[in-house]
Amino acid sequence: MADSPPPVLALREVSKSFGAVRALREVSLSLIAGEALALAGENGAGKSTLVKILSGVHRPDAGRLLLDGEPVEFHGPADAQAAGVAVIYQEPTLFPDLTVAENIFMGRQPRGRLGRIDRRAMRAQAAALFTRLGVPLDPEQPARGLSIADQQLVEIAKALSRDARVLIMDEPTAALSGNEVTRLFGVARSLREQGCAVLFISHRLDEIFDLCQRVTTLRDGGHVADDRIADIIPDDLVRRMVGRELGALFPKQDAVPGEVALQVRRLTREGVFTDVSFEVRRGEIVALAGLVGAGRSEVARAVFGVDRWDAGSVQVGGRALRPGSPAASMALGLALVPEDRRQQGLVMELSIERNIALAGLAEVRHGPLISRAAERVRAADWAQRLQLRHRSLADAVDVLSGGNQQKVVLAKWLARQPSVLIVDEPTRGIDVATKAEVHRLLSELAVGGIAVLMISSELPEVLGMADRVLVMREGRLVAEIPRGTATEETVMAAATGIGGGGA
Amino acid sequence: MTITAKRPGATLRDSGRGLVERVARVRELGIVVALAVLFGVTGAVNPEFLGLDSLRDILLNSAIIAMLAVGQTLVVITRNVDLSVSSVVGLSAFGGALVLADNPGLPIVVVIAGCVLLGAACGAINGLLVGAAKVPALVATLGTLYAFRGIDYAWAGGRQVNAADMPDSFLSLGSRPVLGVPLLALAAIAVLLAVGWMLRNLRSGRELYAIGSNPAAAVLAGIPVRKRVITAFVASGALAGLAGAMWAARFGTVDAAAATGKELDVIAAVVVGGVAIFGGSGTVYGAALGALLLTGISSALAVLRVDALAQTAINGALIIAAIVLDRLLALRVAAALRRRRYRDAR
Ligand SMILES: Nc1ncnc2c1ncn2[C@@H]1O[C@H](COP(=O)(O)OP(=O)(O)OP(=O)(O)O)[C@@H](O)[C@H]1O
Ligand SMILES: [Mg+2]
Repeated sequence: MADSPPPVLALREVSKSFGAVRALREVSLSLIAGEALALAGENGAGKSTLVKILSGVHRPDAGRLLLDGEPVEFHGPADAQAAGVAVIYQEPTLFPDLTVAENIFMGRQPRGRLGRIDRRAMRAQAAALFTRLGVPLDPEQPARGLSIADQQLVEIAKALSRDARVLIMDEPTAALSGNEVTRLFGVARSLREQGCAVLFISHRLDEIFDLCQRVTTLRDGGHVADDRIADIIPDDLVRRMVGRELGALFPKQDAVPGEVALQVRRLTREGVFTDVSFEVRRGEIVALAGLVGAGRSEVARAVFGVDRWDAGSVQVGGRALRPGSPAASMALGLALVPEDRRQQGLVMELSIERNIALAGLAEVRHGPLISRAAERVRAADWAQRLQLRHRSLADAVDVLSGGNQQKVVLAKWLARQPSVLIVDEPTRGIDVATKAEVHRLLSELAVGGIAVLMISSELPEVLGMADRVLVMREGRLVAEIPRGTATEETVMAAATGIGGGGA
Repeated sequence: MTITAKRPGATLRDSGRGLVERVARVRELGIVVALAVLFGVTGAVNPEFLGLDSLRDILLNSAIIAMLAVGQTLVVITRNVDLSVSSVVGLSAFGGALVLADNPGLPIVVVIAGCVLLGAACGAINGLLVGAAKVPALVATLGTLYAFRGIDYAWAGGRQVNAADMPDSFLSLGSRPVLGVPLLALAAIAVLLAVGWMLRNLRSGRELYAIGSNPAAAVLAGIPVRKRVITAFVASGALAGLAGAMWAARFGTVDAAAATGKELDVIAAVVVGGVAIFGGSGTVYGAALGALLLTGISSALAVLRVDALAQTAINGALIIAAIVLDRLLALRVAAALRRRRYRDAR
């Protein structure tokens, strides 16, 4: 690489600590025009921290940042943006009160005379971006209430609208299904071909191999390896990230289905989903598959009682549920791991142990008081089972990495030992090793007699874990595919409604 | 591949948008309806309430609160609050009156400009405390609420400026009508329209909403948060300074206690006007209408000969009613939108 032009943006031996946590240790990395670089590493390896240094959110404690070979300092996100860096952060950063179009163009709205914002142009440009991404989002819709996937899509549109020289994507696909990912990659490739440098982070290895030319791996904040994608196979990458061999990724155990634990009949919420009926037996793992926006999470929320339903019924263990009462559902042994960990899953300011205890306060209680000791024991147990990377259980969940926050949400609900467990994108943002661990746990729980309903946009996860696959499309249940015949083709055909149309 | 989960046609988008827009307007329309009911009922009981004099009085009385509510809205939208406005009004009213009384030859424009500058300086102190020193706005402006009032008392030293001490040309500003509308009300309306336009149409205006809607995201978006927050406080202070000059012109007799306690009326007007107290949404038009409604209620209660002691309680009850109504309306609208999307999708 001696005679190649200098990288557009580069880090040289950059270090960053948060108090006692050394998030990055002398990490170097180069982003080259016309090339997509993947950043790999386990949860808490320091990937998002690195992104935030490139985007001017954090200042490095040591080391240098090079723009076109020249040292620069970013004093804030505005500086990085001015240098042509566009970022999709791991956690959506939308303004809920503003419209989708305003969210995309905030601070850069097209203007007419007198500096007046040209709303029509703004709307048209937003609509054009969505057409390019192939998603049916309305630019005039308020951002409040968008699903995680839709929020992610708005973030993507926002980054694309910047015509950046450097496009950084921190787990943009974590909540997306195959279709949207294909679209996104199409757009990312054309940007790359136009000379944009791309940095891509994902825990889905196939995506890394699909999109990128090179990969830089981090472990515990340190730089481990730089590889050309063409020279390695996924197992090599896993070994670099984890530092050891990993067993089979989907160790699904077979369980004998017992009696019906969750029965949903003709459930309808007007404008959201229609006439959804299914049942989940004890010992079974049933996956709910479909494209983003098909209404899967909405069904889960209604079953659990977060949203009301307009018609139909839900029974848990033979007892009918009242609509709109999560407390009643929980009393009957229902648990829901929601898709949006920051808004619905966690209280960001509270400690890890308190968050884990929240869903089961009755079990860590001494009379009217909460027992700190019981809380800590419960948290310590689950932190270890899920390999939570943390400094102290008394730290606020706010400072955890994205994947580790997800583990806390899982721990919070698994610790309740529910009889019916609904998990919505349970491994969103979780690294390969822990993903296997979560899958093992779910499988074990099922064998132990729990009914599991799993929503997932990741097909390998669906195919690997589920005894049966239910497929939703446009708010309706369109197919039920048993494990034996569930393949990528049959599920996708049912989800998209083309080519066979499902079982 | 071009498959997507739903493919909304143009009809869905347009109808959805039309409804949203209509509802956005309805939020303010709700207050207009409340105003109509108030005037209708009170007028039926006592027709004098609808007389020109009475209406002009109400306009005049609400002008100052409306002006302050406009400034307050700028601050509240950014998820902050300015409790010190009443003290700024007091300081500016007394200062302006005293300077005029001592220097009768001074052009009135200079005095008013001085009042505005004094207010802006007070606002800058608030803004620096909140934006730069990161003191929570509630605490910072509670502190300056007392501090500014203290300065006012120290400056006055028990003195009082009477109408007789001030030039008539100044006092006439407080009551003179232009085309039948009191000048003060016209000033408030002009400020209202200007600020309303800026909030809706300028990038900086939209950025205020962004800051209040999600402060952390505003930083990531590269918005100059500190600068915007400071500007909002300075604007609120400047408008309070202007309101102080209006206060002196309107009441003639000013002492150091002028406008004490008015900050709560202002915040009530803002909240009743549909500005979210946690920032990110609401308009200055709503806030101004809120000021008009609250002033109207007070006048009506007086006209209806409601016991003065009961008035405060009734005022409070009506404020709560207005907010509950607003909340119910928002829920209704959300449900209606959902149903509509459903019908369109079929
Ligand atoms: N603001 C902060 N304060 C304290 N510690 C932090 C902060 N931000 C990150 N950390 C810590 O730095 C380490 C690296 O976190 P980072 O978010 O970069 O991980 P990551 O590689 O992005 O992981 P994931 O795959 O889970 O998103 C973690 O141990 C995390 O707890
Ligand atoms: Mg991360």
